[in-house]
Amino acid sequence: MTEPAFVASRWSSPAMQSRLRRRYRAERLFRGLGLAAIGIALAALVLLLVSVLAKGWSAFVATELRLDVTLDSALVSLPEDADATARAQAIRSADWAAPLRAALMKLFPDVTERPQLRQLAALLSSGAPLELADLVERDPSLLGRSLSLWLPADDEVDLVVKGSVPRDLPEGARRLSLEQLGWLSQLESQGRVRRTLNTAFLASGDSREPEQAGILGAVVGSFLTLVVTLAIALPLGVAAAIYLEEFAPRNRWTELIEVNINNLAAVPSIVFGLLGLSVFLNFLALPRSAPLVGGLTLALMTLPTLIIAGRSAIKAVPEGVREAARGLGASPLQVMGHHVLPLALPGILTGTILGMARALGETAPLLMIGMVAFVVDIPGGFRDAATALPVQIFLWADSPERGFVEKTSGAILVLLAFLIAMNGLAIWLRQRFERRW
Amino acid sequence: MGLSALALLVVALATTSFWLGRRRAIATVAGRASALRSLPGYYGWYAALWCGLPGLAVVLVWLLFFGGAVDRMTLASFPEEAARRGPAELSMLLNDARNAALGQSSLRADDPLVVALSERWASLRSAGLRLALGASLALSLAGGALALRAIRPGFAARAKVERAVGIGLMLCSTLAVLVTVGIVLSLVFETGRFFERVPIHEFLFGLHWSPQTALRADQVGSSGSFGAVPIFAGTLLVTLIAMFVSVPIGLFSAVYMTFYSDPRLRAVVKPALEILAGVPTVVYGFFAALVVAPALRGAGVSLGLDVASESALAAGLVMGVMIIPFVSSLSDDAITAVPQSLREGSFGLGATRSETIRHVILPAALPGIAGACLLAVSRAVGETMIVVMAAGLAANLTANPLQAVTTVTVQIVTLLTGDQEFDSAKTLSAFALGLVLFCVTLALNVVALRTVQRYREKYD
Repeated sequence: MTEPAFVASRWSSPAMQSRLRRRYRAERLFRGLGLAAIGIALAALVLLLVSVLAKGWSAFVATELRLDVTLDSALVSLPEDADATARAQAIRSADWAAPLRAALMKLFPDVTERPQLRQLAALLSSGAPLELADLVERDPSLLGRSLSLWLPADDEVDLVVKGSVPRDLPEGARRLSLEQLGWLSQLESQGRVRRTLNTAFLASGDSREPEQAGILGAVVGSFLTLVVTLAIALPLGVAAAIYLEEFAPRNRWTELIEVNINNLAAVPSIVFGLLGLSVFLNFLALPRSAPLVGGLTLALMTLPTLIIAGRSAIKAVPEGVREAARGLGASPLQVMGHHVLPLALPGILTGTILGMARALGETAPLLMIGMVAFVVDIPGGFRDAATALPVQIFLWADSPERGFVEKTSGAILVLLAFLIAMNGLAIWLRQRFERRW
Repeated sequence: MGLSALALLVVALATTSFWLGRRRAIATVAGRASALRSLPGYYGWYAALWCGLPGLAVVLVWLLFFGGAVDRMTLASFPEEAARRGPAELSMLLNDARNAALGQSSLRADDPLVVALSERWASLRSAGLRLALGASLALSLAGGALALRAIRPGFAARAKVERAVGIGLMLCSTLAVLVTVGIVLSLVFETGRFFERVPIHEFLFGLHWSPQTALRADQVGSSGSFGAVPIFAGTLLVTLIAMFVSVPIGLFSAVYMTFYSDPRLRAVVKPALEILAGVPTVVYGFFAALVVAPALRGAGVSLGLDVASESALAAGLVMGVMIIPFVSSLSDDAITAVPQSLREGSFGLGATRSETIRHVILPAALPGIAGACLLAVSRAVGETMIVVMAAGLAANLTANPLQAVTTVTVQIVTLLTGDQEFDSAKTLSAFALGLVLFCVTLALNVVALRTVQRYREKYD
């Protein structure tokens, strides 16, 4: 004879009590697991954002050195009767590194050896002479005068001054020599080192030198790309949504289109890149690396999302509106154009902005159509070579120079700021204009 | 005169036709617009469509086909050069010639052949542009004139215009199908050319992947081998790691949010998960490569393990984090779709919440959750930037997550970025990989969507 498993009626029996305790323990464990899962997800988000912020804030700060530069008028050899272009040419081609070297040598008179002189000059950014040339080109009367100028420092100096790289690293792990660090300390004690807003980062194109690299080119490239995407995807998406929601007969063909759109929305973005490469570049022979092609590719990618968003916005307009319009004698197209579409517009726009935000963050398809080129110039048109902001992040993340780590994080911060702005706009639109019926 | 200027000219003509049509319609009834069968604007639209559409169609055809045709005709006019230099080099020269003709900087602008090519190309192109200009203007004017002639008071302009617009809308909706067809055709076409060079069984079952083909014909031992099994295995490994992270965390957080969480926590966690979903993948890639991978390597060193700096684990973990919100929101849908009565019945029998969830809700929601997981797998397989930045390039056949592996998407990106000639087996193999990727994700999506849908219908 076997014992019965438990006696169900006696809750106070020890067997039942321990069973209940076990059940409650399991309950607490389960609940704890759920809480842990949420905790892990939130921790991952916080870690992601904090690490980007901690690495990236310093990209917006640049280190500058103050030098007393004498702009000798003998630097620019100009005949008296030269015209403006010849003048600019002469100013451009002058050796502007020389007055900088002289200024540094005046500060450190005991440095005379050639290799040490080169190290001393390396404290300054290689873009500093260009900045001097720009200055003189804008105001030629500066020639022959002595000026006290703030000039950009080299990226390694920049990192040391910001504290991103400690000064006491062992030889070999350090890019600056002990002498250079000593000179830097002297300059600091003389008040010749300052940290300012990094205008180069915000206002120039890409560069091989971290301290001269900027995101403006990538931002403009992204903007041009999104303009093309919007101009193509929005009208096509809205038209397709209108047709499928209001006019399409229910048959196998429309069913096929619907299934197809749902599947297309889940196709990996890189496949759209392959499509763009073989159709737009190889078949249509459009220019490589151009925002035009990037925009077309991203338009094909966002089209399904826009159609789905547009359909749900159109569907949300109540049937009564349509019936009232029809009752007044409006044709189907007038019902659509005069009544349904204006009411659905906020929803469509919200979906469009969210789709554009996704397209802005997309990288993989742009790699396929050659928008990974190293582009220094800021693109001026839809057919110029350009990169986009996420591609720029990818390129900088791949660069070996340490100075690019903070630039990468800084570019990520800019990208996230754009995304937050777009999503905020979408939320505001939804709350302000979307009607609930 | 470029194409964009031509398109603008046609649009200007169409606008003029609109006003002419409208005025003519009003004039036919001596200003009493109510005597017209349609509103006056519809007559304008009728004329504008007849004028604008043929002209724009010519522009579109030129845009789509003439660019390539001019290239081919230019090449065809230098047959002896083509025979001597081979098509690949000639097409590179043509590229330079095109740039020279458009006044852009080009490398070999002084090469006599490039100069000849560029002259021929420019003359063909301008002849084609003149043809397009003539044809589109003639068609536009003829169309506009015909439409204007047809306007009289009893003419049903609205019906015609609405029919045209309806056809236009339908064409827009078929574009989505065209995109799919375009994807399939371009992938299949290039893959077919790849399988002419590399047998299909070697690609699908070969164990060695090194796509570097010889730069010169006489180089030894670098014919390239295209066995894709290590790549598939690497993709599978990274995807598995990602699923091990995302499925439990996503599922448990969805369960907690629906059954336990108080509204205040929910109000924080839901948007946070949405932010996690909205972060661009390139940011995750940066996070994986510069934060997670070094941390894992450091941890491995302190434990005495050898962790590769581009380990599958780092890429998989971060990819898992990326997919958490996806799994969580889809499982949330599946759980809330389970009828309330099942839940109440279970509570009525005295089950605790966790018992209800484990024995009633999850089994009932299982198909939906399975569908969610399949969609998540499809996302993970097709994810590119995280693995490009954090996983390796070398195709190792290993199941050890601490070693570097490569994935399908990484290989596609590596094979197709940088300088390449378009005819080598190396670049074509990227399209074969793309086709495999497309088929696998498509199958996963179809099965997943169908599971989710069928199951939803069961409870509705």
